[in-house]
Amino acid sequence: MWRFIGFRTLQAIPVIFAVITITFFLVRAAPGGPFSTEKAVSDQVKAALEAQYNLNLPAHEQYLAYLKDLVQGDFGPSFNFPGRDVSELIFQGLPVTAELGLYALLIALGIGIFSGVIASLKPNSLQDYGPMSFAMIGICMPSFLLGPTLVLVFSIWLEWLPVSGWGNTPGDKILPSITLGAMYAAYIARLSRAGMLEVLSQDYLRTARAKGLPEYKVIIKHALRGGLIPVVTYLGPAFAGLLSGSFVVETVFQVPGLGRFYIQAAFNRDYTMILGTTIFLATLIVLFNLLSDVLAAWMNPRLRYQYRK
Amino acid sequence: MKTACHYLLFTVIIVFSLTSCGGGSGLNRVDQGTIDGVLHFGNGSDPQTLDPHLATGVPESHVIDALFEGLATKNPYTLEPEPGVAERWEISPDGMTYTFYLRQNATWSNGDPVTAEDFRWSWERALTPALAAQNSYMLYPILNAEEFTTGLTSDFSQVGVKVLDDYILEVRLRAPTPYFLQLLDHYITYPAHRKTVEAFGSYTDRLSGWSREGNIVSNGAFELTEWRINSYLRVEKRAAYWDANTVKLNAIVFYPTDNLITEERMFRDGLLHRTEDIPLDKVPVYLQDEPEVIVIAPYLSSYYYLVNTNKAPLNDLRVRRALSMSIDRELLNETVLENIMEPAYFLTPPGTVGYNPPVTFGYDPEQARALIAEAGYPNGQGFPGFEILYNTQENHRRIAIAIQEMWRETLNINVTITNQEWQVYLESVDNINFDVARRGWTGDYVDPNTYLDMFITGGGNNNTGFSDARYDELILNQAPLELDVEARNELYYEAETILMENMPIIPIYIYQTKNLKHPDLKGAPSNIMDHYNWKYVYLEAEQ
Repeated sequence: MWRFIGFRTLQAIPVIFAVITITFFLVRAAPGGPFSTEKAVSDQVKAALEAQYNLNLPAHEQYLAYLKDLVQGDFGPSFNFPGRDVSELIFQGLPVTAELGLYALLIALGIGIFSGVIASLKPNSLQDYGPMSFAMIGICMPSFLLGPTLVLVFSIWLEWLPVSGWGNTPGDKILPSITLGAMYAAYIARLSRAGMLEVLSQDYLRTARAKGLPEYKVIIKHALRGGLIPVVTYLGPAFAGLLSGSFVVETVFQVPGLGRFYIQAAFNRDYTMILGTTIFLATLIVLFNLLSDVLAAWMNPRLRYQYRK
Repeated sequence: MKTACHYLLFTVIIVFSLTSCGGGSGLNRVDQGTIDGVLHFGNGSDPQTLDPHLATGVPESHVIDALFEGLATKNPYTLEPEPGVAERWEISPDGMTYTFYLRQNATWSNGDPVTAEDFRWSWERALTPALAAQNSYMLYPILNAEEFTTGLTSDFSQVGVKVLDDYILEVRLRAPTPYFLQLLDHYITYPAHRKTVEAFGSYTDRLSGWSREGNIVSNGAFELTEWRINSYLRVEKRAAYWDANTVKLNAIVFYPTDNLITEERMFRDGLLHRTEDIPLDKVPVYLQDEPEVIVIAPYLSSYYYLVNTNKAPLNDLRVRRALSMSIDRELLNETVLENIMEPAYFLTPPGTVGYNPPVTFGYDPEQARALIAEAGYPNGQGFPGFEILYNTQENHRRIAIAIQEMWRETLNINVTITNQEWQVYLESVDNINFDVARRGWTGDYVDPNTYLDMFITGGGNNNTGFSDARYDELILNQAPLELDVEARNELYYEAETILMENMPIIPIYIYQTKNLKHPDLKGAPSNIMDHYNWKYVYLEAEQ
């Protein structure tokens, strides 16, 4: 097991390094710059601005200087918010995005597994088609459509929940979480249905039934553990996706999370902020993938044997 | 399985009924705010910084105007200067020397008095080249200020700012500048607290954290109490402010509302007293259903197309005039702009300090066809075509399509349209790498000069290749020295006539601000600067 973890960790290092290097040069290759404005500034002002952020140095020197700071855990100052560090901004947005992601994941798991399992119990019946059609709609419906629709129904018509915000008014966390979770709920529903269908036809379940176990015990104790492996493998990428992909929901609901910083940074050519968030999210994605692989290996002994040699 | 379904349904119902109870305290945020004197203000986006010398942009100005105060402020109704930190001032007969007498009871939020030296030091900071303040050019009317910023002199005592006494500041200008007092409520002229700035690093360090929550020391009617980036920023009334009795609001909460659609929903849900903007397609709905909350008012901002006058076929004046004359601006306004903008045949928005721009042409398809034929393209034949560039945005696209169609219909010429993301677009415009490009310009102060000085030869915002000796002479040498307002306006009139006869730009419309304002919000009249003087603003429940 440790060998497996060590191997996967070593694999991650070149990935992260490539992300850093490509992003570093890509943002500088993009037209425009962090200080272009509609109003022309004098050449002196422009030169002084670039000097304050080391942009006057040759690209490879900037790159080395950046790597040096990065090794010391310093993402550098934000270009767009003078007086603030990138790491400070990331750690301001992260708890919000993580909380949103967590709620969304819980909603996704709850709804997804529940409807997936129900559907798998009576395949090709109404009990299957009902939840699966919903799942299909969930996958197809983009969050910039689902969010405003939920707002229209629950905030504007029914006046139950606030239209936006995060922790400012009671209940304002519910709609963003549902909106973000919906797509993942749909995926999880389909994954758990497929996984369960495969497991349900296997011999060890027939044995369990033959021993006279009640049906709910067969499903919950024996079938679920095997049937949910695809879901577990999906959890890592899903959570990483929730963290890095929440910007639409954050914009629709004015949630002060990481996603909005990310988008603003890209529009403003805030070089250090783009790099900081990209590196941070890339690391998270790699980490969660690793975690879900480990979890899957724990659930499925066959995978473990591959690394025994 | 049936029971499981029931469970799910039951949980959903419980969750929603719980939350609906949670939200049901009776009053929404706006009504509660009116009672408490707390204004909930949709501010477009978060300020990037509260350092008055580094900030740029309108959202910044709203917050910084609450936190800081300059020598003079503006009356929101008339836009006339009113005493700020200076209780009075004298202007020499030649209009070149201003003497400001500062009030002795103006204080910083840490208790220090605000003195003439605070202003001298702050202006030196704002003009110091190493700080790279993007708005430093606003101070250029001051004698030798431009020379100091561009490095021609490094001796600030050469600059026309002199402390005569703790409370007397003398400012000498390089030319009589009728709008100089107007600049004194622009944040670039606001004082910064020297000891605080220097406590957090060098005074030219853009990365210093002196203006952050917890560190900032300011001298305005409000002080910063809380700032959660991308969530909200809260300022509260400062009891020690010299004119605290006039200030009626207890607090202002600024919300970053970069998503227009969400902002409108927030207003409808009672979360905001005022929005920064409103989606164009919502305008007719509000005009019909709730005319009492939608406010549409003239704005000191122009929408026009830049023309690259160096490039064929646009280097031909007849082509440029034909293009401009074949745009039916009234029709454009009715069909694309919900009929709320002001069709424009000139660059400068009318009514800026009594200046009314010339109208040198109108919608004239006949003459346009004649002109394009004269230029060698009868009925559009052989016209090489060109491209309209705009920054990616739905409204710009719709306008470009409409104009493309008008040109096709009237002149029988085909042009293409293309869009670029904002930063890419800025670079293209800056390098004059376009044929025709969409452009908007908002005045820095209420005076024709803020528009017309863009088009001097080689001007940083000229971007068209336009150059005219008489124009340069009028803008650079004659108008600045003219003391009489009427005579000065005539000089600008002549200049703008030259500009429009050469047509390096095709004016399209004058912007109108459109936003939603709760009826409880008072003392915040619409003005062409979209300026709020927070002292005047108050909240009072409508019956």
